[in-house]
Amino acid sequence: MATSVRARPDGSPPPAAPPSSPGPRGRRRSPGGWRSTLYRWDLKAIPYVFIAPFFLTFAAFGLFPLIYTGWLSLNRVELGGDPTWKGLENYTDLATSEFFWNALFNTFTIGVIATVPQLLMALGLAHLLNYKLRGRGFFRVAILAPYATSIAAATLVFAQLFNTDYGMINGVLGWVGFDPVNWESSKWPAQIAISVIVTWRWTGYNALIYLAAMQAVPQDLYEAASLDGASRWRQFISVTIPSIKPTIFFTIIVSTIGATQLFGEPMLFGGSVGISGGSGNQFQTLSLLMYEKGWVTGALGQASAIAWVMLLLLLLVGGVQALVSRHNRKKLGG
Amino acid sequence: MRTSSSRRGRRAAIAAVAVVVTGTTLLTGCGSDDDGKGGGGGQSNEKITLRIGTFGSFGYDNKTGAKLYAEYERLHPNIKIEESNVSDGQKYWDTLKLRLAQNSGVADIQAVEVGYIAEATGTAMANKWVDLGKEGGAKVDAFLDWKVKQATTGDGKVIALGTDIGPMAICYNKDLFAKAKLPTERDAVGKLWSGDWAKFIATGEKYKAAAPAGTSFHDSASGLFNAVVSSDPVQYANTSGELDWENSPGVKNAWENAVKAAQGGLTAKLRQFDEKGTWNAAFKNSKFATVACPSWMTGIIKDQAGPANQGKWDIAAPPVAGNWGGSFLAVPKAGKHTKEAAELAAWLTAPEQHAKVFAVNGNIPSSKDTLTSSAVQEAKLPYFGDTPVGKIFSSAASGITPAAISRYDGQVKTFLTDNGILDIEQRGTDPAKAWENVKKLVDDKIDQ
Repeated sequence: MATSVRARPDGSPPPAAPPSSPGPRGRRRSPGGWRSTLYRWDLKAIPYVFIAPFFLTFAAFGLFPLIYTGWLSLNRVELGGDPTWKGLENYTDLATSEFFWNALFNTFTIGVIATVPQLLMALGLAHLLNYKLRGRGFFRVAILAPYATSIAAATLVFAQLFNTDYGMINGVLGWVGFDPVNWESSKWPAQIAISVIVTWRWTGYNALIYLAAMQAVPQDLYEAASLDGASRWRQFISVTIPSIKPTIFFTIIVSTIGATQLFGEPMLFGGSVGISGGSGNQFQTLSLLMYEKGWVTGALGQASAIAWVMLLLLLLVGGVQALVSRHNRKKLGG
Repeated sequence: MRTSSSRRGRRAAIAAVAVVVTGTTLLTGCGSDDDGKGGGGGQSNEKITLRIGTFGSFGYDNKTGAKLYAEYERLHPNIKIEESNVSDGQKYWDTLKLRLAQNSGVADIQAVEVGYIAEATGTAMANKWVDLGKEGGAKVDAFLDWKVKQATTGDGKVIALGTDIGPMAICYNKDLFAKAKLPTERDAVGKLWSGDWAKFIATGEKYKAAAPAGTSFHDSASGLFNAVVSSDPVQYANTSGELDWENSPGVKNAWENAVKAAQGGLTAKLRQFDEKGTWNAAFKNSKFATVACPSWMTGIIKDQAGPANQGKWDIAAPPVAGNWGGSFLAVPKAGKHTKEAAELAAWLTAPEQHAKVFAVNGNIPSSKDTLTSSAVQEAKLPYFGDTPVGKIFSSAASGITPAAISRYDGQVKTFLTDNGILDIEQRGTDPAKAWENVKKLVDDKIDQ
C-alpha cells in the first residue's frame, strides 16, 4: 500500500512517505507488527469478551423484557391473544382508576409502617451488638435467622397467629381484656399485620449491614467522646449516626425498593382473597394489582403499564434520595 | 499391573462410547418413530405417566375416592396416573390459563369448572384443546345435552367431557337444629323453607333466636348468594350468552337474600374454600348449621367434618331447585401424551365410572342413563346416615333449567362474592356501596 502513493488533486507533492525500512528489517518487523496488533486487540477487546456474558444476559433477561413490557403497555393484550394498539390509553385509564390509586396509597402506607420502625429497630439492635457482650457471635447469627426463612413459611405462621377466630394474638388480647381485632378484614390492622411480617423478616438483615458499618467507625472517636464526658446515647447520636450516614441511605433506598415491590406477604396473608388484597382491596399493593390485572383478569397491557409506573416511581424516589444525599454531603463539606 | 489396568480402562472407555452411541441412535430412532405416528406414544408398551389436574373433590383418587386410577392402571399396565389437586377453584383456573397461554406446564388432563367453560370454549382458548368429540372414543350422546352444549365451541368442537352436575340441596347439622328447637327430620326441614328463599332466611331468624352460642345458621353469605343464583334460570348472562349481570333478576334476588343474611347476623362470616382452612375448621367444630349443598359438597363435608361428626349431617330439599357447579375434563394440546389422555378422559367420564364415583363421593353424574339408573336413585351415603341422597339430588336435577353462561361468569361471580358480599359480611360495608364497588371492579378489570 505504501508504494502506491498518488499525487494529490491540487498537484502538490505527496507528503513525505515514511522512510521505507530496509528489506530484512521489514521482514522481521512484519510478524512483530501482527503480534502487536494482536496484542493491542487483546488489550482492548478481551475485557469486553470477559464481561460480555453479563451484558448478553442483561440484554436478554433485563433490557429486552423491560422494553417489551413498555411496548405491551401501549397495547391491549389478552393472555394467549394478539396485541392491538391502544396508545397511552392504558396509562390514562390508570390515572382515573380508583383501584390504582388505592393500591398506590396502600403500597405507600404499608411501606411506611413496615420500613420506618424496621430501620429504627435495626439501628438499635446494631448498636447493642456493637458492644462487647457475651455470646455476641450467637446473637449476630440469630438476628439473621428470620431473613433466612422463606416468605411463604413466615407468612403462613403469622397468618395463623393473626387469625381472627383462632389466632394467638387475639387470644392474648382477650386475656388482657381487649376485644378481638379483625386482623384481616379491617384496613389498618391488616396493614399493620403485614408490616409486622415484613419487619420481622428484614430487621436483622439491616441490623447486620449497620453493624458492619459501625465496626468501621474509628474507635478514637468514641474514646475522645467519652473523654469529653459524652454518654453512650450521646455517642450514638453524635458519633455513630453521622459516621454511618451513607449506609443508612443505602438501606433506605433498598427498603424503599422492597416496599414498592411488596407482593408475597400480603398475597399469602390474605389467603384466597389475597390477590385482591382482601375483600375491599384494603391491603392490595401495586404488585398485587399488577398480578391481578395480568393473570387473573388477563389484561396484560394494563399490567405492563403498572409495571412501568412502578419503575418510574422508583426512579423518582431514587432521584430524590440522591439529591438529598448530595445536599447532605455538601453541608458536611465532603 | 499398571499397564494392564490402563488397558482395561481404555477398553472400558471404548465400550462406554459404543454404548452411548448406540443408545443415542436408539433414542433418536424412537423419537422419529413417535413423530411418524403423529403425537403421543402410540400403541407401544412404552411406560408413560399421565398427569391430571383437578380442584375440589372429584372422587377419582385411590385413597378416599372410587380408586379409578388404580383400576385404569390395572387395565393399562404401561400407564401411571398422577393427580395434583388444588382446593381453590379460582386460583386453579388462573394458573391453568397462564400455563395454557405459555403452552407449557399443563397436565395431560385438566378439569374445568362450569363457570369457566365458556371462557375455555371462547375464541382466545378454543384452539388450545383436543377435540374430544373426535379423539379418545368418548360417546358424546351419553351426556346430558345441555352439558355437551356448554363444552362445544362455535365451530362444533367438543373440548371437554362432563363429569358431574351440581343439583343442589341444603345440608344441615341435626345436632344444632335440635339445640335451636327446630325440626330435625329431613322432610319437615325441607318444608320449613319449601318454595322460597325468603322462608330460608326466616328459618335462619328462628334459629338465631334459640341458637347454641358461637354458632351461625349458614356458613357464608357468599355461599347463599351462589345457591340463590344457581336456582334462577337467568344468571350472569342474557339468553344470547352475553354478560348482563347488572340487569339479571337472578343476581338481584341472590344479592338481596345474601345481604339480608349477612346483615342479620345469620352467617358465620367465612369464605368458602378459604386456603387458610378457616372454613374447613368450622366444619370440624360445628360452627354453622346449614350449608347450600350441591351434590359435590357432600364429599367436602365428609372430608372436612371428619369421622367425629359422622351421622350429624343430613340433607333436605332446597327452597328452589338449582344447579351449582359441575365440571368437565379437558385435554390440552400442549400436554405430552394427548392421545392417551383423551382415552383416559373418555374412560373417566363414561357412564360406568360416573356411577362408581357417585357411589363413593356423591357427585351426581352428567350422563343421562346413569342419572335415572337405580344405582343413583336408590343410593345412600354412609356418612349421611340412611339419607336417600340419590333421590334428593336426582329430583333436584330434574328441576334444573340450564342457564346461559358467558365467558366472564366466573370472574364476575368472584367479584360479587369476594369483593361484594364478603365485604358487607366481614367489614360491614353499605350494600349500595358494595354493589357500586363490584360494578367498578367489573368495568375496571374485565372490559379492559
